[in-house]
Amino acid sequence: MIFTARHAIGAPVTGPALVAHDGFSARYDLDRIAGTFSRPTHKLAGQSYVGRILVLDTAKGGVASAWMLHEMASRGVIPLALVLNSVNPILAQGAAFGNVTMLAGFECDITAQVPAGATLEIDPARKTLRVL
Amino acid sequence: MKLDATERAMLGGELGPAAKEALEHQVRVGEFFGAADFVPVTQAHIMADTESLGEPGVRWVESLAAGGGKVRVPTITDPRGTDFAKTSVLGHTPRIVELERRTVEAFRGLGVLMTDTCINYQTIQAPSRGEAVAFGDTGVVIYANSVCGARSNYEGGPSAVAAGLTGRTPRYGFHLDAQRRATLRIRLDWTPVTLNDWGALGGVVGRLAGNYWAVPYLEGLEGTPGSDAFKHMGAAMASFGSIAMFHLAGATPEAAGSGGAALPVAHRIGQADIKALTAAYAAGEEVDVVVFSAPQLSLYELRSLAALCDGRRFSKPLLAVTSPQVKPDADRMGITARIEAAGGHVLSGMCFYQSYAREIAEANGWKRLATNSVKLVNILGGYGYVPLLASMERCVEAAQTGRLAR
Repeated sequence: MIFTARHAIGAPVTGPALVAHDGFSARYDLDRIAGTFSRPTHKLAGQSYVGRILVLDTAKGGVASAWMLHEMASRGVIPLALVLNSVNPILAQGAAFGNVTMLAGFECDITAQVPAGATLEIDPARKTLRVL
Repeated sequence: MKLDATERAMLGGELGPAAKEALEHQVRVGEFFGAADFVPVTQAHIMADTESLGEPGVRWVESLAAGGGKVRVPTITDPRGTDFAKTSVLGHTPRIVELERRTVEAFRGLGVLMTDTCINYQTIQAPSRGEAVAFGDTGVVIYANSVCGARSNYEGGPSAVAAGLTGRTPRYGFHLDAQRRATLRIRLDWTPVTLNDWGALGGVVGRLAGNYWAVPYLEGLEGTPGSDAFKHMGAAMASFGSIAMFHLAGATPEAAGSGGAALPVAHRIGQADIKALTAAYAAGEEVDVVVFSAPQLSLYELRSLAALCDGRRFSKPLLAVTSPQVKPDADRMGITARIEAAGGHVLSGMCFYQSYAREIAEANGWKRLATNSVKLVNILGGYGYVPLLASMERCVEAAQTGRLAR
């Protein structure tokens, strides 16, 4: 299966998917030291995001993610990539600043199409996500 | 993106390495969103607490300053990560304080004005209708777009720094007329009174609208909200839904031309919805700490708080956080003294959730936090707190009794 996004940034990556129909905010949702989702009500609460391609619904919350992705990348405690149905400027700015791969904007609900744990290949130049 | 002569000079390094790096960043963001060109901005506002920056972010700001970077438009700051006069109250470590000091020094080197406020529209300079700005802090952006009719996207710290250094921002999102039109019509059947209920209304709307590109059109409120009501409603809407603009029929400047009245009513919100959101933050009665913050308190909010503090003696810590512009007035008018006479603390230039909230909890043993800020309860769950939402009056009572009465 191949899906095409409207927006893309970053380098090509391949890795395992962590999928939920929920939002993403580095400040609101994450324990950035432990590398886990920490907001109790988040659908991925308690799970590690490190090295995973996060497939989520939309960007949530505040502006801190723009700095935090850069800081998380400096410690290597960061998702491999972000894939979102819709993105706000903060995550785009954060991805640009932190050199994080990101795709956003699909014709379908991408969280309903990607099986949890599947291996994904992301090619930002082509704006594509492939389920291997 | 189409670049003018100045922008080409920046990209070519003719205006220094900081401007070059800043514009390169802005081009990446602009191309991501398909921006055709840049729009000049009159001011920039930087969210840059050091919990968010971390050491790598601080080094980046220092490198810009060391490279001779200077902002080209008035550029101000969101709250810092500490109140330097109250670090012992917060339990902030020397490492935190030192990182903050380095950041302040680096920003000053860039020519940034250290206003340290998330209520700049109340205390520094509210933007005018149609004025293009580059504001950080979601609460500032939604107020500027909705209440002032100014034009800004969410500008995260690095992008706001870049906008200050270049004097422009990519023209996409809320700089475009089309993005400012209403997308979702919501009928309100109940008008809040207290600030926590205004915040809860914002939270409910934010959840329904759900993403940055949605522009709710609200109708049915009695009267026009004041600035503090708009502040709490907007901050919560942005926090719960990543919303950057709303229209309120009969109140906000672009509501009449937004097309909202022609949309079908998609949702109705009544008092039961406000109560349901509040009930989600009512886990028991015991309280470790009471916090008024997020957004920083206006002079009027501090005045109300002082009146509630008169004649009380607190058994639990009570923190009230305001801006460095409001604090001297509160001091001069005796408002600070009245709050502190009851055992409270008035802090300045920070905001609770932007000031190492996890480290504060660990240092002080605080877990169960009562507040009237809907934005704050939405954020603090991720930091390990049990946030409790109530009116300012009930929160003050809780600071006295140690329990939040139901």
